[in-house]
Amino acid sequence: MTEAILPPIAMLAELTHRCPLQCAYCSNPVELLKANREMGTQGWLTLFEEAADLGVLQVHLSGGEPTLRSDLTEIIACLAGRGVYTNLITAGVGIPEGRIEAFAAAGLDHVQLSFQGAHPQTTEKVGNHRGAHEKKIETARRVREAGLPLTINAPIHRHNMHEVPDFIEMALSLGAERLEIANVQYAGWALINRDALMPDRESVERQVQIVEEAQERLRGIMTIDFVTPDYFAIYPKPCMGGWARDAFMVAPDGTVLPCHAAHTIKSLHFEQFGDWKLGDIWRDSPAFNAFRGTDWMAEPCRSCERQELDWGGCRCQAMAIAGDAAATDPACIKSPLHARMGALIEEAARMGAASSDTGFQYRRIGKVAEPIL
Amino acid sequence: MEAIRIRAIVSMQSRPKLRRHARLQYDPVRDAWALLSPERIFWPNEVSLDILRLCDGTHDVAEMIALLADQYGADEADIAPDVTAFLQEWSDKFLVTLQQVQEKCDAVFRPDLRENE
Repeated sequence: MTEAILPPIAMLAELTHRCPLQCAYCSNPVELLKANREMGTQGWLTLFEEAADLGVLQVHLSGGEPTLRSDLTEIIACLAGRGVYTNLITAGVGIPEGRIEAFAAAGLDHVQLSFQGAHPQTTEKVGNHRGAHEKKIETARRVREAGLPLTINAPIHRHNMHEVPDFIEMALSLGAERLEIANVQYAGWALINRDALMPDRESVERQVQIVEEAQERLRGIMTIDFVTPDYFAIYPKPCMGGWARDAFMVAPDGTVLPCHAAHTIKSLHFEQFGDWKLGDIWRDSPAFNAFRGTDWMAEPCRSCERQELDWGGCRCQAMAIAGDAAATDPACIKSPLHARMGALIEEAARMGAASSDTGFQYRRIGKVAEPIL
Repeated sequence: MEAIRIRAIVSMQSRPKLRRHARLQYDPVRDAWALLSPERIFWPNEVSLDILRLCDGTHDVAEMIALLADQYGADEADIAPDVTAFLQEWSDKFLVTLQQVQEKCDAVFRPDLRENE
């Protein structure tokens, strides 16, 4: 490392893998942890105290479905007491009466609510949960009534991309300050469902036009953040803002990782909180130091003028497509494997045209094993 | 669910206020002031910090400009464009609200130009 290690700013806490929805693109690992593997309340509270000491200013409380943790109010209160900004990432299905109000009273700062579709039938089909849409609308109403700011998150793929204009109108009507149009990233469950989820090029181009026009039209009315699909990109994204650069995530059992898909890199070992202090993991974990900064880079990244813009892109995508976590992200036009991304789009289009139903392999605990790469 | 939504435009009568989900706080680890908001953290410089501190809903923009001009020993006319431009940008980024005394009146008489309604 030639560069000093700065303190982390943000962390994603996957409090549980349990979830009432079964989305085929879930970013959780394919091998999901059961409830009995989850870290207890005291473990999480100690971890959050150490995170605040370390310099973490923002915690995203996620899952699975984080509201399934009965200690969530206590967790929010602990973070709020330390001045840490809390963002609840929820599917908004089956949250008992009074809980959102309790989260607000405990000091919750913001709610991000996912919608799988802009219409009930799409939301039900994608999440495989009857009545999900109406429950989410009700959750949005309760979030607003509790005086909490709201972001609507719309994960986009082949089966709902045509609903993007309706997602925008829906987010406006729900009183959201912010809408995330987030194209699915092909890791975790989305990787095993890639052929069923991948959109075609023409739809992606139309989507870009629609979103850019709406961003201009709705300036000062609603913020629209747009996560574009990597497979159609020219340059990679600065995944996590760079490996172990200013953020990390914690799995339900307390395993600390640089990003939520890092476990797919089998050559790395990730420490568990409790065995190591959080600060020691951040500074000294060999896994965190494996791709930190730019020293690890090979060509074409090593001599690339964009290396501190995108930090080499996504290590997990390099693993999934190049079979080498230290390779340039194949989303980059300079990668020798960039053409493979285009071929995978074409392949998915052929497979999609041949199949009549969605072909989803729905997310379930214990259902399938991690694909061998 | 909500009334028709329109973009707020800054005026001398606006009373800017930090939104509930935007929090200005001192970070002892980095010895700096941070503006925390959903998904984003901003690091305001000294001038931005002085403007943000006046965004408490009690000063209107004209008063803010007068106070800042006094603080920096500058002419109000010189700093006014910068202050209003910043406030408009922060309003568009949902960090501050631009409440106005006559807001209710405006809302009733302002024509709605949104399409497809």
